[in-house]
Amino acid sequence: MKTEVFSLHKRDLIVILSILLLSVIALLVFRLTAKNGGGVTVRVDGEIVAVYSFADEGKYELNGGTNILVIEDGKAYLIDADCPDKLCVKQGRISREGQTITCLPNKLTVTVYGVKNIVEI
Amino acid sequence: MRTSKKVAFLGVFTAVALILSYIESMLPTFVPVPGIKLGLANIVALFVLYRFSYREAALISLIRIVVSSMLFGFTMFPYSLAGAVLSLTGMILLKKLTKLSIITVSVAGGVLHNLGQIAVAVLVTETVGLVGYIPVLLISGTVSGVLIGVLGGLLYSKTPEFK
Repeated sequence: MKTEVFSLHKRDLIVILSILLLSVIALLVFRLTAKNGGGVTVRVDGEIVAVYSFADEGKYELNGGTNILVIEDGKAYLIDADCPDKLCVKQGRISREGQTITCLPNKLTVTVYGVKNIVEI
Repeated sequence: MRTSKKVAFLGVFTAVALILSYIESMLPTFVPVPGIKLGLANIVALFVLYRFSYREAALISLIRIVVSSMLFGFTMFPYSLAGAVLSLTGMILLKKLTKLSIITVSVAGGVLHNLGQIAVAVLVTETVGLVGYIPVLLISGTVSGVLIGVLGGLLYSKTPEFK
């Protein structure tokens, strides 16, 4: 029996706990610093294909209809997708700067841009 | 061990890894973030890494990724490959250079796997905002890494050495 590879020492706990601690701190920093965005940019395969301001409420077909985006009450979300797992739909509503909905099968992302960045985009 | 026997063992482990990948693809996703998963196939990689050596672990992982892409589609191939390369490299180095437990090595593997996938996702979609997923993925990689490490460690300590 080789139990020595299996037993947890202090050094193991230090490594594991510091990874967790770092993640929680990063999560809190991301959460606390995020501001409400001005709208969303849609990218397919890295190319920006559409930009929607949160003021333009409505339903939009993305990427020739593979994903359906809804803008409502300063939030964006996908209500339908042609991929089997529909992870992008389950990712819910995004409204804060930098938040992203990802659909990897269609290489599509929807990212909230900041109010100040509208001109640059 | 004779070469023919070793080839047979590695063939069986590759098959087991493939089956675990398939089972995992049928499990429902609990958290709606791409990349969060158990990584069941990593039990095999971890076990082979400890029982044989890094060459065998790398070979089995590579074959598993290529074959499962051929069977189930190539969409996730770059993500799986980047994740596996980073994760295996990290686990091999930690096993060789430190006295960390198999559980910690597995945690590092899980975390690095997720970081590799995020890196590819940022490159493919050119959306830097995806780095926002990193903290969540680190936590999930740690949790699944502990689980896989315990399972892999049990398997390693309860089975006799191959002769």
